[in-house]
Amino acid sequence: MNPTEPPAPSWDGDALRALVPRVLAGLVRRGEDFDAAEDALQEALLEAIRVWPGHPPRDARAWLTAVATRRLIDARRSAAARARREVTDQVQPVPGATEDGDDTLLLLFCCCHPELAPASQMALALRAVGGLTTREIANAFYVPEATMAQRISRAKRTLRGCRLDRPGDLAVVLRVLYLIYSTGHHERVDLAGEAIRLTRQLTLATDEPEAHGLLALMLLNHARSAARLDADGRIVTLDRQDRSRWDTRQIAEGVRVLQSALAAQRPGRYQIEAAIAALHDDAASAPETDWPQILAWYDDLVALTDDPRRQDPAAMLGRAVAVGHVLGASAGLREAERLREVIGERHRWHAVRGYLYELGGQGPAAAAAYAEAARRAGTVAERDHLIRQAARIRATG
Amino acid sequence: MPKYLLLKHYRGGPAAHRPVPPMDQWDPQDVEAHIAFQRHVCDLLAHSGEFVDAQALTPTQTWVRYGGPGAAPVSTDGPHPETSDLVAGWFMIDVDSHERAIELAAYVSSEPGPGGEPLYEWIDVREVMSELPAGD
Repeated sequence: MNPTEPPAPSWDGDALRALVPRVLAGLVRRGEDFDAAEDALQEALLEAIRVWPGHPPRDARAWLTAVATRRLIDARRSAAARARREVTDQVQPVPGATEDGDDTLLLLFCCCHPELAPASQMALALRAVGGLTTREIANAFYVPEATMAQRISRAKRTLRGCRLDRPGDLAVVLRVLYLIYSTGHHERVDLAGEAIRLTRQLTLATDEPEAHGLLALMLLNHARSAARLDADGRIVTLDRQDRSRWDTRQIAEGVRVLQSALAAQRPGRYQIEAAIAALHDDAASAPETDWPQILAWYDDLVALTDDPRRQDPAAMLGRAVAVGHVLGASAGLREAERLREVIGERHRWHAVRGYLYELGGQGPAAAAAYAEAARRAGTVAERDHLIRQAARIRATG
Repeated sequence: MPKYLLLKHYRGGPAAHRPVPPMDQWDPQDVEAHIAFQRHVCDLLAHSGEFVDAQALTPTQTWVRYGGPGAAPVSTDGPHPETSDLVAGWFMIDVDSHERAIELAAYVSSEPGPGGEPLYEWIDVREVMSELPAGD
């Protein structure tokens, strides 16, 4: 046991973090500047972590609001002393709604402001809505804490003077949340879990089917996360995963959320990708996968974009795999070939070709494609996996 | 405590002591043993309190230089001469002495290759310049 560790808290850390967006939105609605309010709340949280174990508050939310307000007043006093504060800089509060869900939505629109770069949007959302500390966010993105602190404060400076009385672009919010999810699962901070938590909060605030579709997609993919790597950290592909390790509760919830989203009859990218994930989750074994239905969903996914030049290459590549299973490996390879111009330099394109060649029984071509993919891989885990695939096929071929 | 980079190269350096084919052409168990050894080195360094960082680089290399006032950067994506150095990755270690850095580099170089025999890979050992010490 580490002697420097504080005694186990008598309060619930998750509950504390769940209060962050509520308290922050309350301050912003009251007319406080987002930047200053966020700083003040961050200080209040650190104070809470220090004080609460000895003196748990009666009303945690009121306590945080009071301490953050005191910090704001202190900050304003010192700023006034410097006589530099401009009143017009203040973020305008959104009138009306006071539900907790709306708090989340308001703050997510704020954090995912289109003027900000994706890295800043993610960091800000994790801090202002997720309640993570700067250090935790820095750890998750493998950058020094000072770098992340600077990134956050620059992002907030950009937001200064932005009016928050208009709804933002939900599509941007969804993209940022999905980016947080895909950034992954680290030993130190579970970003995928954070993304699910944030998206779940978002779905309380909006009926937009794509928001629910995104939550379903995350749940249905995350359900397989325990089986994705073996004990030595090696990637295990979907067809070789131990399906008994899949989280059936998450799958059930994902399917439920997806069904409610699809009922609105306004399909979108996330709902369709979730439907594809659900079909994979539904198969008791890899050979029992319903590829024809998966292909039908991929057709819908591709059809979302009219202009073939603006098609999502990742969707087209996924479709090529489905075509390979339904119409045969060579048909799949023909589909993949059409993408050579667009993503022929990417490791994933070569990996899909390796998969399809192996599916078609063409060992040497499969091994060569996997080796090519390995040379282009951007992560050590993927590179090692692709080298293993090539070596395995060469050994058995 | 001096810090050292133990650099691994895709190419360049003295002639290979033991030329081997690319790893995707090894036996699968040799691939496993090699990858396990890399992980083992990290664990060992962490355990001995000498680990600072380990990173791998992709083989894509772009040389870039300032293009002049108002001009776009000038870059070249290769291919570069086969003789040029191409760094593949590194271990950064914080050790008691130069001798210890050499010892660890030799250990890294003993990583298993085809047939489970050592690779004898050349490791490029570079000392990191340290901070200015407190004045006397």
